[in-house]
Amino acid sequence: MASLVGSRVERKEDKRFLTGKGRYTSDINIANQTYAIFIRSPHARAKIKKVDISKALKSSGVVDILTGEHIAQDKIGGLIAGWAIRSEDGSEMKCPANPPLAKDSVNFVGDPIAVVFAETLDEARAAAELVKVDYKVLKAVSNLGEAMNSETIHDGIDKNLCYDWLLGDRQKVKEAFEKADKIIKLDIVNNRLIPNAMEPRACVIDYNTASEEITCYTTSQNPHLSRLIMSAFGGVAPENKLRVVAPDVGGGFGSKINLYNEEIVCSWASKKIERPIKWVAERTESFLTDTHGRDHITHAELAVTNDGKFLGFKNETIANLGAYARVFGTVTPTYLFGPCATGVYIMPAAYSNVKAVYTNTAPVDAYRGAGRPEATYTIERLVDKAAMELGMDPIEIRMKNFPTEFPFKQTLVHQIDSGDYVAGLNKAKEMADYDGFAARKKESESKGKLRGIGVTSYFEACGIAPSPVVMMLGCGVGLWESAEVRFNPTGQVTVYTGSHSHGQSHQTTFAQIAADELGVPIENIDVVHGDTDKGTFGMGTYGSRSLTVGGIAIVNACKKIVNKGKKIAAKMLEASPDEVDFKNGEFVVAKSNKKKTIGEVAFASYLPGVRDEVKSPLPEGEEPGLIESSFFDPANFSFPAGSHICEVEIDPETGHVKLDKYTAVDDFGTIVNPLIVEGQVHGGLAQGIGQALYENAQYDDSGQLITASYMDYTMPRADDLPDFNLGFTCTKATTNPLGVKGCGEAGTIAATPTVMNAVINALDGKEISLPATAEKVWKACKEMKKSNAKAA
Amino acid sequence: MKKVALEVNGKKITREISDHTTLSGLLRDKLNLTGTHIGCDTSQCGACVVHVDGKSIKSCTALAADLDGSKVTTIEGLATNGKLHPMQEAFKKMHGLQCGFCTPGMVMSAVDLLKNKKNPSDQEIRDWLEGNICRCTGYHNIVAAVKEAASKM
Repeated sequence: MASLVGSRVERKEDKRFLTGKGRYTSDINIANQTYAIFIRSPHARAKIKKVDISKALKSSGVVDILTGEHIAQDKIGGLIAGWAIRSEDGSEMKCPANPPLAKDSVNFVGDPIAVVFAETLDEARAAAELVKVDYKVLKAVSNLGEAMNSETIHDGIDKNLCYDWLLGDRQKVKEAFEKADKIIKLDIVNNRLIPNAMEPRACVIDYNTASEEITCYTTSQNPHLSRLIMSAFGGVAPENKLRVVAPDVGGGFGSKINLYNEEIVCSWASKKIERPIKWVAERTESFLTDTHGRDHITHAELAVTNDGKFLGFKNETIANLGAYARVFGTVTPTYLFGPCATGVYIMPAAYSNVKAVYTNTAPVDAYRGAGRPEATYTIERLVDKAAMELGMDPIEIRMKNFPTEFPFKQTLVHQIDSGDYVAGLNKAKEMADYDGFAARKKESESKGKLRGIGVTSYFEACGIAPSPVVMMLGCGVGLWESAEVRFNPTGQVTVYTGSHSHGQSHQTTFAQIAADELGVPIENIDVVHGDTDKGTFGMGTYGSRSLTVGGIAIVNACKKIVNKGKKIAAKMLEASPDEVDFKNGEFVVAKSNKKKTIGEVAFASYLPGVRDEVKSPLPEGEEPGLIESSFFDPANFSFPAGSHICEVEIDPETGHVKLDKYTAVDDFGTIVNPLIVEGQVHGGLAQGIGQALYENAQYDDSGQLITASYMDYTMPRADDLPDFNLGFTCTKATTNPLGVKGCGEAGTIAATPTVMNAVINALDGKEISLPATAEKVWKACKEMKKSNAKAA
Repeated sequence: MKKVALEVNGKKITREISDHTTLSGLLRDKLNLTGTHIGCDTSQCGACVVHVDGKSIKSCTALAADLDGSKVTTIEGLATNGKLHPMQEAFKKMHGLQCGFCTPGMVMSAVDLLKNKKNPSDQEIRDWLEGNICRCTGYHNIVAAVKEAASKM
């Protein structure tokens, strides 16, 4: 049987999505359900003086209205930060309480205060209009740069500072900088983004008054974790009375990692009103209340020698947490950001200092790449600037500072097990026809256009495990992953995974892995995920961890199945287990033609008696059945890497940036399904390019989100993007048996600096802030023209 | 309330609806055709695209009451006798979908494109699909799928 790992297997999940048979949360309806509408703060910062629901309660079709007062009376807990980060001085981070419904104060536009349940959605909307909230409006802290000098948002949190974190050695960096020929300095605003999964958040809750079980269907990337938080911190119900199901989920990109206010409130309320509840976010609600991403202000410096060797790096960053610290909010700008900020380079000395602050804006958390895009943007812009100031080629300066021996101890945290950065950049250079750029630039110039080329080399640390390491760094849970593999008596296999697919294609890739391990046709393997009642506990999907952690748990569970199968087969074949080999789905006794298929062995494992031809196949001490599970905790993070090159053509008359060519060469170790991995890269690139050229979440001074719809927030569309030119190199990961590395975030991590380096290259090195909109580029072109005229 | 009669995926239906019921609302809430998705409130994302009298429209901004007597085709009605439409086959073959949420609208738009233009160029495909937002695929494989379907139809 040919190996399926490495094959372009078409997806098992596609037929249902292509025929309208997907089952997303908002497609679920429960008989007798009520409809929920949340009343949200229109102010960024205010005290709640009074909430008057009396008139609304009398409105047609209203079942109940619940407020922050009610939820406090029932002692329902709030939302939490998942990682405890310590400041440089050793003090603990400072986090405010984040109740599911605000009782005393609101801290961002969209902060929920009350909820209406009614017989129809229209009636719920009408009643929500009648809820009167009396606010004392306070001055909003909406500007990140001024947050530490503004009024205190949360009592007891001075300067709005959650922590002032340091990683690295300031003294060593100081010494390195003293030896430098040149210091390259850069100020960056890493623009705020809104993840915008196409499926708005939603939840549908069912409560069984007899069994007291709550079932919460929700748009989550990690239903098990949501159940844990809702139970342990929310106190909504014990875990055994709480079932969380994340059915088909329409994209996440980090925004569906968190358990949100609405899930806690509706689960709690369903028990209270003894009715099912349906809540579906409108798109503007998603813009206002989904966790946002990025939003850093960074000053970074690189110390170099005249011949382009890097000596040291410093990174001073202010990171926006928004109004509250959420699950990955505090770790994203620290351990997911700081270590990667030295890039793929040998960097003798480095430090990252991050001040994370609260503002009256939506909570900021992980968004595809989470910290690593910000890190890569910082170093890769700095390296390009260094090349320019030293008069070196951007590829030459990178090559000069790459490590060439692995494992490579990266400056700040990571021990990178494998990689070949030189091969990746060489391949990208060739595929992009880097040497032909000068001729293309000339041709663009002949048409009155500007052309620029941009290079980025990146590595990232993903998988977000092993548990002992992440817990040492402050994580509140272990980040292993689990799997269970079940043989039915009649030979089909069901694989249960604690990972969750919301576009990543687990039903296909995980089945490929199991098919190879068990020698069972992929058609006979089903992958089940997303339901706390099905399968073992799981930590979910984020940080490109599904395959490198969850996939390996499946491999290990399959190996246990084969081991048990061997013993049963040996008994059936009257041989010793040592004599039995397993290959292509068959147990074969060495040097004989005696064999049993794994299907026959599975069947026999369920029949531990004597009847007809079946004669008690179970060896003594073995239990019946063929079901095994595994919890996998890897030895290290996974470290994909690569080099991307793009070319842009700018029309100086309009400022329009045309993305002309984009080449990505990535090293993801072993690739299980190239079709799917290419898709992951394409999608990642689009999001990185979106940050570079289009997307920008903006709050005004009063804390109003002025980009809260698709009319105002620019999503990359089909006619904005080119075809992508992808290549791969492969150095296998040494920390897992498949040799795989994560691939989900790489495109997003690399694309933003690649595009910006190209834009700035086209503008002759003129700095421009993210995103490079037509307006900004047009202005830069005008200034260039002026200064060129002066020089002439 | 108003009575509308429509032919939806070849079946005649009649429903009492309020004046402000959208076509997407009728399809999803009254006919249980949940393949038509709602991704925004501003007629921008295109997840709700269906065909009305053979033309693609955004069903979230069409009032059902205005469409009395129309023929509507949704993603559920695209395959015939259990056989996928060539556009559905092409999306599967070229991996033109990931989370699947924008997919119904994207496929219905693309089918209409090929009715208007048999062999569109890459740029024509990208221009046509400008009103359908996908956050997963970066559009690369969607364009490839539309070209693949064009070559088979």
